[in-house]
Amino acid sequence: MKKHILREEKGRPEVNLRFYLRLFWTTFTLSLFTFGGGFVIISLMRKKMVVELGWINDEEMLDFITIAQSSPGPIAVNGSLMVGYHLARVPGALVAALGTVLPPMIVLTVVSLAYQAVADNQVIAAAFSGMRAVVAAIVLQVTWALFKPLAQKKRVLPIVLFIASFVALFVLRFNIMVVMIAIILFSVVHSLVTMHKEERA
Amino acid sequence: MSILLSLFVSFFQIGLFSIGGGYAAMPLIKAQVVDIHGWLNALEFADLVTIAEMTPGPIAINSATFVGMRVAGLAGVVVATLGNIMPSVIIMLILAKLYEKYAKETLLKRILEGVRPVVVAAILTAGLGLLQLAITSFTAPDLFALTLFVLSFFALNSRRIKIGPIVLLGIGALVGIGYSFIL
Repeated sequence: MKKHILREEKGRPEVNLRFYLRLFWTTFTLSLFTFGGGFVIISLMRKKMVVELGWINDEEMLDFITIAQSSPGPIAVNGSLMVGYHLARVPGALVAALGTVLPPMIVLTVVSLAYQAVADNQVIAAAFSGMRAVVAAIVLQVTWALFKPLAQKKRVLPIVLFIASFVALFVLRFNIMVVMIAIILFSVVHSLVTMHKEERA
Repeated sequence: MSILLSLFVSFFQIGLFSIGGGYAAMPLIKAQVVDIHGWLNALEFADLVTIAEMTPGPIAINSATFVGMRVAGLAGVVVATLGNIMPSVIIMLILAKLYEKYAKETLLKRILEGVRPVVVAAILTAGLGLLQLAITSFTAPDLFALTLFVLSFFALNSRRIKIGPIVLLGIGALVGIGYSFIL
C-alpha cells in the first residue's frame, strides 16, 4: 500500500484499463510516426511522455536512454520496455513493447507485398525528403533541451565529459559502445572515489 | 529444423547481439538472412535497407517482418518479430527492476549522472548526421532543406507556438511533395 502512495506522489498515473489503453495508444502512435531509428523515437518519447503527459522526468528519461542504448536489441523497444515497467511494472512493459512493434509489423507486412512500387514512387520520395529535415530539427531541439539543464548546474565535469564524448563520437567517429563503456567505467571509478572521500571527511 | 523455428532462432540472435541501435544490427541481419539462410539475395537485402529507412520502426523489426512475410507469411512475421524482441524483453525487465530498486541509491545515481552527458553527445551526433542526410538527400537545393530545418527547430523550441512533432512531420512531407511539383 505504501508503495502505491509513493507512486502517486511522483505523479505516475493511476494504473487501470484506461491507462493501459492510453499507454498502448501513445507508444503505437509514437512508433507509427517515427522514421529514422532509435534516437528519433526516443526524442519523440521525451516530448510526449515528459513534456505532454508528465509520466516521467528528464533525468529518468536520460537514464532510460542510457540503459536502452547499452543493452541488446532495438533502442525503441528497449526504451518503451523501461518506460512501461516504470509506469506499471511487467504488464506496462509488455503493453508498451507491443504498441512499439505493431506499427512496423503492420506497415512492413503491407510493404513487403508490393515493395518496388513504394521505393520507386516519386511523390513518396519527395515527402520523405521533406520529413528528413524536420526529423533533424526534432532530434537537435531535443539535444538542446537536454543540454540546458546540464549546463545550468555549472559543474565542470559534466561539460568536460560532454565535449570529450562529442569529439570522440562526431569528430573521431568512435563506436558509440566503446565511448559509453569507457565513460561508464570512468563514472563508476569517479563515484566510488568521491563517496570514499566523503565518508572519510 | 522447421522454417518457423529457424526464423525464431535467427532473429533471436540478431536481437541478442545488436547493441547500440539500428545500424549496429544491419551487418548481423545480413549475415543471418543472406549469408547463412539465403532467405534474401544481396539485391533484395539492399531493397530491404531502403524500405527500412523509409518506414517507421527499428530496422531489426522491419527486417523481421519483411523476411518473415516472404519466407512464411503472417506466421513468419509473428515468429521472427517475437524472436527479435525476446532478448530485449528478458534483459530489459531485469534491468528495469534493478533500476527501480536502486536508482535512488547514491552510487547508482552518481554513476548514471556521470553517463548522462555522453547520451546528450550521442543524440547530438545522431542529430547532426540526420541534418547532413536531410540536406544532401533533399530533392531541392540545400538552402531549402536548411530553411525547413531551421524553421522546424524554432517552432519546436518556441513556447508560444504549440506544434507537435508529428504534425510538423506531416507539414514537412507536404512541403517536400509541394516542392517536387514546383520543380
